[in-house]
Amino acid sequence: MQAFVDGLIAGGAVPASVPAWLAYLGAMLAFGGVVVFGFVLPVAGITTWVERRIMGRMQSRIGPNRTGPIGFLQWLADGIKNVLKEDIVPTAADAPLFKLAPYVVMTGFVGTFAALPFSSALIVADLNVGILYVTAVTALVVVGILMAGWASNNKWSLLGGVRSAAQIVSYEIPAGLSIFPIVLLTGSLSMQAIIARQGWAPWQWNLFENPFTFVAFFVFFVSALAEGNRTPFDLPEAESELVAGFATEYSGMRNLLFFMAEWGNLYVIGAIATTLFLGGWRIPWALEDAPVLRAALELATFFVKAYVVGVLLPIWLRWTLPRIRVDQMMTMCWKYLVPVAFADLLGAAGWMVAFPAGVPAVRAALAALAGGFVVLFLWRVRFHIRNARLTRRDLSFNPLSTARVPG
Amino acid sequence: MGLGAYLRNIKDAVVTIADGLAVTASHMIRKPYTVEYPDRLPDGVRVQDRLPFRYRGILEVDLEICTACLACERACPIDCIVIDATKDKAAGGLVMTRFDIDMAKCMYCGLCSEPCPTGAIHHTPEFEGADYSLESLVRRFVKAPVVAYKPKKTGEVDPAVKPILDRGLRYVSEFAKSEAGDEA
Repeated sequence: MQAFVDGLIAGGAVPASVPAWLAYLGAMLAFGGVVVFGFVLPVAGITTWVERRIMGRMQSRIGPNRTGPIGFLQWLADGIKNVLKEDIVPTAADAPLFKLAPYVVMTGFVGTFAALPFSSALIVADLNVGILYVTAVTALVVVGILMAGWASNNKWSLLGGVRSAAQIVSYEIPAGLSIFPIVLLTGSLSMQAIIARQGWAPWQWNLFENPFTFVAFFVFFVSALAEGNRTPFDLPEAESELVAGFATEYSGMRNLLFFMAEWGNLYVIGAIATTLFLGGWRIPWALEDAPVLRAALELATFFVKAYVVGVLLPIWLRWTLPRIRVDQMMTMCWKYLVPVAFADLLGAAGWMVAFPAGVPAVRAALAALAGGFVVLFLWRVRFHIRNARLTRRDLSFNPLSTARVPG
Repeated sequence: MGLGAYLRNIKDAVVTIADGLAVTASHMIRKPYTVEYPDRLPDGVRVQDRLPFRYRGILEVDLEICTACLACERACPIDCIVIDATKDKAAGGLVMTRFDIDMAKCMYCGLCSEPCPTGAIHHTPEFEGADYSLESLVRRFVKAPVVAYKPKKTGEVDPAVKPILDRGLRYVSEFAKSEAGDEA
């Protein structure tokens, strides 16, 4: 980024009277604006539509299909509706904090994009503490949620905020611990360095590096879900218990900001998981002489991986699992994820000492094992479809109806 | 909790979540059940024809096979059925002068269609009954006095009435029974 702006200054695109720091600031703001409005908001918005369509099909419904082709414009309609709604601040609320809270949440979420890679060239800032920065800035969300819960002056909001604080602070630990094995392997915290260490093929990913990184991926994924307040860890919102948790008193655009952060956060989870475990933007071809094509392919690779792991998989989990209780949430974190993550970290370190160069056979075995799981899973899906076909009754039979409708 | 139980807990969590995911994935690739009533039905399909078995819609009476036994009138818990029938030797049996069902009162419980011996009173799959006045929701089946149906001792059935009676009896046997098949 800095090199790019230096090039602009040297090329005379920036007037000489403008100091360099101002040019940097302007360029950062412009690029940040492009990332936020051109990428983050559409992704978060479209994800709401994707989620509702998938949820519908999983419940044998159709889902939103009236606004635009197959309901695609639903997210825009919802956005416009929410912008036009009245922004209510309760009389008893702490108005300044109440108004500030959604922006803090949004900042915590958008801030991660400063260090998230999109391709080998497209990254706002390849910080040398990249992954540490991402985990740190995500923790800002908890401040915003707690702020919203407290400032609303509502017992549901407060309960939601306190739950969120307990949850995010707890799950930071296994999430951080499950990142360490990868950091040990790479010897760097930089996102680009972590990706550069891996190859394009699945068996070259950090996920299959050794059995401990394989386990670390699942620990990370579960912890990240909990940090993102996603079902089965959506206790801070818990519609059935807390109305809408910390967002109870919010209306209109402020309410939307919370949910945009939640849906956008899914992509962030996916991007981090892709960077750490799934080979990031690596593609099989070097394409040294076609930088635009290369950037496009890398961007597509990274986006697809991050979207599948970070968005589609959590949506699928959300409509499969019920919400867990508070005590179960804490048990899961402190009795299962934290000890497993610690053992995993020690194991990964021991593995690096024993096999500094890695073991290709173990990589291949782990990749084959994962493939085997996928096949087994598809077999179970087929079983459930067949089972349903056998037990389905002819629901459309009615002796008085004029037509027999095939099921 | 020993280490074995601890590891078994983890294994159980993974296996059961994976199987749950397989169930929802199988639903994901099935056809949705939704019927987009009223404006996006497939051509030539009425939603009434796609309603489930034992759907209880607006009541209908086949006067040709009504025996004027008043079983339905007595069964109705909210008295929305009114039947006037008098003996008339000259006409050859019971003569019905009135058979009204107030669909505004009817709660679609189906208790009238269960005791009907011939299946004359039955639910249709029709449900679009909205109107602008309460009076128009009263269904008056008797336009002119009509002689009630009376089965012949010989068991013969008038060919004109036979298809209606067959349908009615089929309704009684297939529809107005409880799910388990016993005479409720």
